[in-house]
Amino acid sequence: MHYLRLSQETLGADINVEIGQGTCTMKYNPKVNEYIARKPEMTELHPLQDESTVQGILEIMYKTDLCLREISGMDQFTFQPGGGSQAILTMASIVRKYHRERGEEEQRDEIITTVYSHPSDAAAPATKGYKVITIMADEEGYPDYEAFKNAVSERTAAFFVANPEDTGIFNSRIKEFTDLVRKAGGLNCYDQANANGLLGITRAKEAGFDMCFFNLHKTFAAPHGCGGPGGGALGVTKELIDYLPKPIVGYKDGKYFLNYDLDKSIGKVRLFNGVPQTVLKAYAWIMSLGAEGLYEVAKVAALNNNYLFKKLLEHKGVDVPYRRDIQRVEQVRYTLEKLTQDTGITSGDIQRRVMDFGMHYWTSHHPYYVPEPITLEPTETPSKADLDEYINTLHHIFDEAYENPEIIKKAPHRSTIHQVDESSFDDPEKWAPTWRVYLRKTKED
Amino acid sequence: MTIGGFKNHPYIPNSVEEVQKEMLKELGLDSLEDLHAEIPEELKLKSKLNLPEPFKSEYELRRNLEQTLEKNKTCKDYINFLGAGCWQHYVPAICDEINGRSEFLTAYAGEAYNDHGRFQALFEYESLVAELIDMDVVNVPTYDWAQAAATSIRMAARITNRKEALVVGTIDREKLLIIKNYCDPAVNIRLINYDKETGKMDLEDLKAKLSENTAAVYFENPSFLGFIEDQGQEISDMAHNAGAISIVGVDPSSLGVLAPPSHYGADIICGDLQPLGIHMNYGGGQSGFISTRDEEKFVMEFPSRLFGVAPTVKEGEYGFGDIAYDRTSFGNLREKGKEFVGTHTSLWAITAGVYLSLMGPKGMYELGQNIMQKSQYAIQELGKIKGVKGSRFNSINFKEFVVDFNDTGKTVEEINKELLKRGIFGGKDLSKDFPELGQCGLYCVTEIHLKEDIDKLVNSLREIIEG
Repeated sequence: MHYLRLSQETLGADINVEIGQGTCTMKYNPKVNEYIARKPEMTELHPLQDESTVQGILEIMYKTDLCLREISGMDQFTFQPGGGSQAILTMASIVRKYHRERGEEEQRDEIITTVYSHPSDAAAPATKGYKVITIMADEEGYPDYEAFKNAVSERTAAFFVANPEDTGIFNSRIKEFTDLVRKAGGLNCYDQANANGLLGITRAKEAGFDMCFFNLHKTFAAPHGCGGPGGGALGVTKELIDYLPKPIVGYKDGKYFLNYDLDKSIGKVRLFNGVPQTVLKAYAWIMSLGAEGLYEVAKVAALNNNYLFKKLLEHKGVDVPYRRDIQRVEQVRYTLEKLTQDTGITSGDIQRRVMDFGMHYWTSHHPYYVPEPITLEPTETPSKADLDEYINTLHHIFDEAYENPEIIKKAPHRSTIHQVDESSFDDPEKWAPTWRVYLRKTKED
Repeated sequence: MTIGGFKNHPYIPNSVEEVQKEMLKELGLDSLEDLHAEIPEELKLKSKLNLPEPFKSEYELRRNLEQTLEKNKTCKDYINFLGAGCWQHYVPAICDEINGRSEFLTAYAGEAYNDHGRFQALFEYESLVAELIDMDVVNVPTYDWAQAAATSIRMAARITNRKEALVVGTIDREKLLIIKNYCDPAVNIRLINYDKETGKMDLEDLKAKLSENTAAVYFENPSFLGFIEDQGQEISDMAHNAGAISIVGVDPSSLGVLAPPSHYGADIICGDLQPLGIHMNYGGGQSGFISTRDEEKFVMEFPSRLFGVAPTVKEGEYGFGDIAYDRTSFGNLREKGKEFVGTHTSLWAITAGVYLSLMGPKGMYELGQNIMQKSQYAIQELGKIKGVKGSRFNSINFKEFVVDFNDTGKTVEEINKELLKRGIFGGKDLSKDFPELGQCGLYCVTEIHLKEDIDKLVNSLREIIEG
């Protein structure tokens, strides 16, 4: 009963118009996929079983690999990374090993990323010992090409970037960027967390990337599970297959097998074979749509997004950084800077108020390069009626900011709880990361 | 490129042409082809993807995938004695009921108000694991035990400002690969020898290898090879005397009967939540926790999110939020944050919380006792087979044990093939990872094994070995 109640106090994507969690591709997670993945033929498999007894799941992993190769243009995928950030770490590990093999590990100690790529594109390479250079956006919102050109050198190990970035703006000069890195001897690593609007439209290979990864729990409709388990499917070109973590799934003489024969492998990043039940769900999703369906997903994700984009901007308090007159792909980072200047109400205030209407939105990664941000990504999931409901709700709250700001300042009004006193969270004397610590510290008081 | 499209698809409500036309008109566009205008023509695909034809109905999808999965032989069909980092335990129905709830399953990164339940469930998991291991701070878990151990070592390296970690010689070789990759190039990993009779850590070797470079000593209880390391306090003391941090990896299913590592000097404890109500999922059920004391120098080194409790503006009410968020890569620091954070394994944390709530201290004690009794019975009976040693090491075991087949004249591979024919998954073949042990298998016995299952294993092995 207790946990059922806690679940009811959680706003899963299934129970609201989940447009608000930008960059996360909160699409419908088909129930049939979950049903299949929860059958004992999936759940009751031990990862060290003899290969002859796991032909079914290996077949699914192999076939998913083939689909993702076609979608990206890469030559081999691994499903070992348990999420996007672990896939980035894996890419950074491959970058290090690649340059080590070539005797350039010491010389190539820098990676370049962009300010609107995910924080892990900076943080995971830094974990692998790289100095990180972050390219800011130019006046139009694209990564600053001149700054990039100046940053690329014989010290460049790799370029880690999302495209479109979290602004929803697609860098149309991406090939020039990857060409520069390639000429300088570096590798190009593509964070495809934002791939939903690109399926069947454009691919990593043609844009000059050596590696890319997809979040199976985003673009490929596996559920997010409150924050995992997910799946970071990492693909590489044939030159880099030998560097992948072991094993990968192979097929020979009518049998699927685990291939450990990778000469230059970085070793391993996750125990056993990653998160196979997530791969199964991704495969089921791809096979429910096919090539035409994936193309329709990308088109409708872009249609929904640009419709939302146009409609939201009809309110005087909301704007976007950079040009209004260029299309965004599948998401948009908006700014409420004007609304805040006019009313004193911040994006964080509005975020609490949206909850009162049974909805949610996310602001942005930190730090806020876009002031008072909101990042929205509708995906292909909502109907036009859902989009209109969401737009009307936000417009209503923006109006409230101008007409009745107090109601927003005191929000939420319909949550399980009232505003939290956050003062203890950064105070080692008072913070309470577990109940026993809370009891001890409040007793001492 | 114009593709006819895939209209009226249930996953794409706005694939209906009439609706699309209305929305396109709103945008001043004529067709879907006018979208993606920012993508240069030379990067656009000129033909449709070459993918298999999709299934035409949910029925066909389900039928095909179910038939494919039925090619698998599961641990329900066969009797399973494999462990080695992923263990077959009983999963109470309530665990699947809760983690299958659509609200939890489809939530992600909401705020403390709309996702109050998610925050509380994760806080409760943290608090329950803290009780189990008698420690203060527990993270929202990372990918698996191996990652948890690797991050624990990186935390220790930052705290001590040292660059070498000493790792127990009996560690799982797969886990070691993960740790080595994750620590490269920041921390050098060296293995400590183990005693060939007991399996326990060779303290002389530990002494010889400890130095002013040592950031941490990492060992496990129960060890990867199943025996209990009873020199925990001595190892921790030696680490501390050298200015290093003691890290202990632990199987939480053992803690109803074994003392938690915090009682023998561990500064950081890590392990896997998978035994706590999570299906094996061909390895997809792993989930790594990390725990420390509530000291700033430790807390500020976690890369993971830590959910804390705090009062709200209404008296008597609690809310939740992120503790010291800015230390993470999600904070303002990006690459200057602690390692990185992203999507890990939160659903398994909630599940582990449900499991621990259901079991309580008494349930965990009974679980541990049950496993101890059954595994001891298996060791005893296996030892009666000609040429077989039920346990290679003369130490006490929990759940797993190394069965020595060296005197049988057969390899583990041969034996496992024969067992497979009899509907049994034999233990992990250790001959490649631990060649010094010769032909040995790592067997796992848990509460799911009935006496008749163990007897069937013993009888089958007798048949295979004695003929």
